[in-house]
Amino acid sequence: MATTCWGLPEVICTFPAIDTTTMREMRRTIDTGFRGLVREWSDVIDATTAPLQSFLNMLERSFVGAPWVVVLAVLLVVVWAASRNWKTVLGAALAMLAIGWVGLWADTMVTLAMVTVCTIFAVALGLPVGIVTARSDRVQSVVNPVLDVMQTLPSFVYLIPVVVIFGIGKVPGMIAVVIYAVPPMIRLTNLGIRLVDPEVTEAADAFGSSRTQKLVNVQLPLALPTIMTGVNQTIMMSLAMVVVASMVGVGGLGRNVLQAINNQFFTIGFLNGFALVAIAIIFDRTSQAFGKRLQKHREAGHG
Amino acid sequence: MDEMTSTMAQTAAAPDPDDEAERAGIEIRDLYKIFGPDAKRHIAAVKAGMSKDDLNRKHRHVLGLQNINLTMPGGKITVIMGLSGSGKSTLIRHINGLIEPTVGEVLYDGADVCRMSPAELRRFRRLKTAMVFQRFALLPHRTVLENVRYGLDIQGIAHAKSEPMAKHWIERVGLKGFARHYPAQLSGGMQQRVGLARALANDADILLMDEAFSALDPLIRMDMQAILLELQEELHKTIVFITHDLDEALRLGDKIAILRDGALEQVGTGQDIVLGPANDYVASFVRDVNRGRVIRAATIARARKPGEVLPEMTVQGYLVLEKVARRMTNAGATSAHVVGRSGKTLGVIDLPELLGAIVTPVTADSDS
Repeated sequence: MATTCWGLPEVICTFPAIDTTTMREMRRTIDTGFRGLVREWSDVIDATTAPLQSFLNMLERSFVGAPWVVVLAVLLVVVWAASRNWKTVLGAALAMLAIGWVGLWADTMVTLAMVTVCTIFAVALGLPVGIVTARSDRVQSVVNPVLDVMQTLPSFVYLIPVVVIFGIGKVPGMIAVVIYAVPPMIRLTNLGIRLVDPEVTEAADAFGSSRTQKLVNVQLPLALPTIMTGVNQTIMMSLAMVVVASMVGVGGLGRNVLQAINNQFFTIGFLNGFALVAIAIIFDRTSQAFGKRLQKHREAGHG
Repeated sequence: MDEMTSTMAQTAAAPDPDDEAERAGIEIRDLYKIFGPDAKRHIAAVKAGMSKDDLNRKHRHVLGLQNINLTMPGGKITVIMGLSGSGKSTLIRHINGLIEPTVGEVLYDGADVCRMSPAELRRFRRLKTAMVFQRFALLPHRTVLENVRYGLDIQGIAHAKSEPMAKHWIERVGLKGFARHYPAQLSGGMQQRVGLARALANDADILLMDEAFSALDPLIRMDMQAILLELQEELHKTIVFITHDLDEALRLGDKIAILRDGALEQVGTGQDIVLGPANDYVASFVRDVNRGRVIRAATIARARKPGEVLPEMTVQGYLVLEKVARRMTNAGATSAHVVGRSGKTLGVIDLPELLGAIVTPVTADSDS
């Protein structure tokens, strides 16, 4: 080795890594320590996640258990209420009927239930964090790198501790999805509030608004288009994560895709994949149309 | 909050005619503003005469305002005039505490705005001040009515009470029928009317107008100035008006303060400034002014000659020369009798002198 080293000393040539014994010791200590800790607290963890688990189960049962006509009707009403656009409603109806026709209705319902819960959680978590981040540069300097890690860390990596802590099932799946889906919500809420016209916030101050009044009357409404983009992104990312989440025991379309990968079931893979795409498009068009509808007042034209 | 709400409603319903006399003025004393992370440290140097450039070059701090002493009389329009970067917007923001001075006092009604706690400051802003902004700063997602109501919403006044008040002011600024429109549906001039109505609806004593008409095109700007003067005639608010336009300053200002590089160059009435510019800077500003719109009849009226019969035509001393000239030509008179507000004879004005005063700088001896 020394011969290929341009005559440099060993320490510069080969990277001075920790030797394997130390590494093995370190690994063992951390892993067993972590497992021990989890085992010790397992009762508490189970108790805290139990309500969530049963909520997820209940929601899934109600989605799967309800007659498909009812679910479809509710879905279409929601799409109509949000988008007020017949084309979107028609597209959603056709997509859902096609999904049902190829026999993926029940799996789609499972996925839908999961994505619904994950989106609600991600928005409920991301909005307040985004608001706090927008209010303080110091908070932002802490939150931003955390978000960078959340978005770039391969989801399989953080699935390991999640599975160690929560085991296999819907709860760890949901946590994995929320970790992945919440950053755009936080980022875009933060961005949206920071981009609000400073003259308008100054006007709010000049009229003696309190911080809350300013937030509710000015900042949130004006940041709404950006925030709605965040919600939209969160939904899309939740959907993208359901395949990964299926590895820790979440059922639905994701699990079918996973099985298809393992068994090289070409047709099943594509059918399930397209079902996911169909849901994604329905959600995307609906949430975007909703966001646009909230901005009706921006339409110019002197009256 | 309830107590406050009821007093607000009463004042709005029946404006007190004696308000005028009671309006407190605003007094700015020894105010300095330095922008930068360590502003306080450089105050002594600036007071000792360090220039804006030196402060910037040596210490990387920006001198915003220096040695400002200014009294803004209650119930009058004080115009702060200066070019961009002169510190006028910074100065107006000290009055409602949007900017804190490095040192100095802003006194209103016996209280120093700079020493108010956040809660006191909020209360002061809600009840005592209202502001109109250069780029309107309306809430795009709210209708005209909801925008005008904004200050009242912040005060916690119920919609049942605030809505008629808001509607009243929407009509007063000439936007009747537009209450349900969104700002984006209105032209710039109309949007600023909304801004004005929003400020007036607050029924605050102090009206701060930060380049309020600068973004409007000339004809609309003249309209807005007329609306403001008309409203002021009856409201007698303490108005602080920022502008970079001397004509606007002269038209609106009972008192004009000229600001340059954060320091006051001259303070006085429009006529004072046009007839006696304090230095070359001010002189260069006023050189091209339409004097006929600034100088008042009383200023150039000559004493009655012994035995002279007073001309038949009478003009008020506070009228500007342009108006006097128009009246005299309409009446075919070559000279007129100038009277004060009480009807007392101030002197006589002749058409040739009047024209001379409009077109050429008035010399010191005719200026009395």
